[in-house]
Amino acid sequence: MVDLGKYADTVLSAYAVSLLMLVALVVLSIRRGRKVRAEMEMIEERGRKHG
Amino acid sequence: MSIWEYANPKKFLATSEKVMPALWVLSIALCVGGLIWGFFLTPDDYRQGSTVKIIFIHVPAALMAINAWFMMLVASLIWVIRRHHVSALAAKAAAPVGVVMTLIALITGAIWGQPMWGTWWAWDPRLTSFLVLFLFYLGYIALWEAIEDPDTAADLTSILCLVGSVFAVLSRYAVLFWNQGLHQGASVMRAGAVAGDTEERVSNVFATPLFVCMGGFALLFLVLVLYRTGTEIRARRIKALLARERLEAEA
Repeated sequence: MVDLGKYADTVLSAYAVSLLMLVALVVLSIRRGRKVRAEMEMIEERGRKHG
Repeated sequence: MSIWEYANPKKFLATSEKVMPALWVLSIALCVGGLIWGFFLTPDDYRQGSTVKIIFIHVPAALMAINAWFMMLVASLIWVIRRHHVSALAAKAAAPVGVVMTLIALITGAIWGQPMWGTWWAWDPRLTSFLVLFLFYLGYIALWEAIEDPDTAADLTSILCLVGSVFAVLSRYAVLFWNQGLHQGASVMRAGAVAGDTEERVSNVFATPLFVCMGGFALLFLVLVLYRTGTEIRARRIKALLARERLEAEA
């Protein structure tokens, strides 16, 4: 394991906050993308059924 | 083949869905590889100690925060001039990615600044222009959400984007305009650097993994914008389909 010395808290907190925000951005983008796609397909299907 | 073909939402979606799997893999590989390289395999800096490892997140995030705004500016100008809906939606899709990059740059900068400068924050030209850029991002996103009609929202946000570009430029070049403040000058890709003049430049030990991280962040931005633009195109189609359903129900 890498020795970060007296700045361990500083470095680890910077990495933790950043990675958390990046992962949240990716997860929320994908979740909304899937939700919108499913909703669109449902509405298109409804439109086809009703002619 | 013309680039304007991608103004067609169907063509845009078909092409972006083809390239996105490879882009996801490549962007994650570069980000993870670059960060592991930077975190585990680089030495401490002789002055900054292990805090130098923050550079591998701070610099790529700051770079993308500014470049995201320029991408939004280009997309907004295309909307204003040529009225292509996909470009307006791409600008809208890029804003949340840009705001996260700006926030990461601000937070990691504060965390890094505390032990190095003895303060979390200073009203330094670059820090201040970055904070204003962050506020512009929030305003841009809020304006899109506040206006019901998508074309009017695209028009007004394009104007806001144009105005905010002043601060994107200031964020990029503040350290060159003003020789004051705590933030160091350009040291990664310093303009005017000459052979043998290496004192103020980032050493290759740090520069190589840093460039890998910058490439990874750039690709991550690209793939996220492609994905989110697809989502915005579908959301717009949902609005159109629901409007048609309402019209048919009333008829």
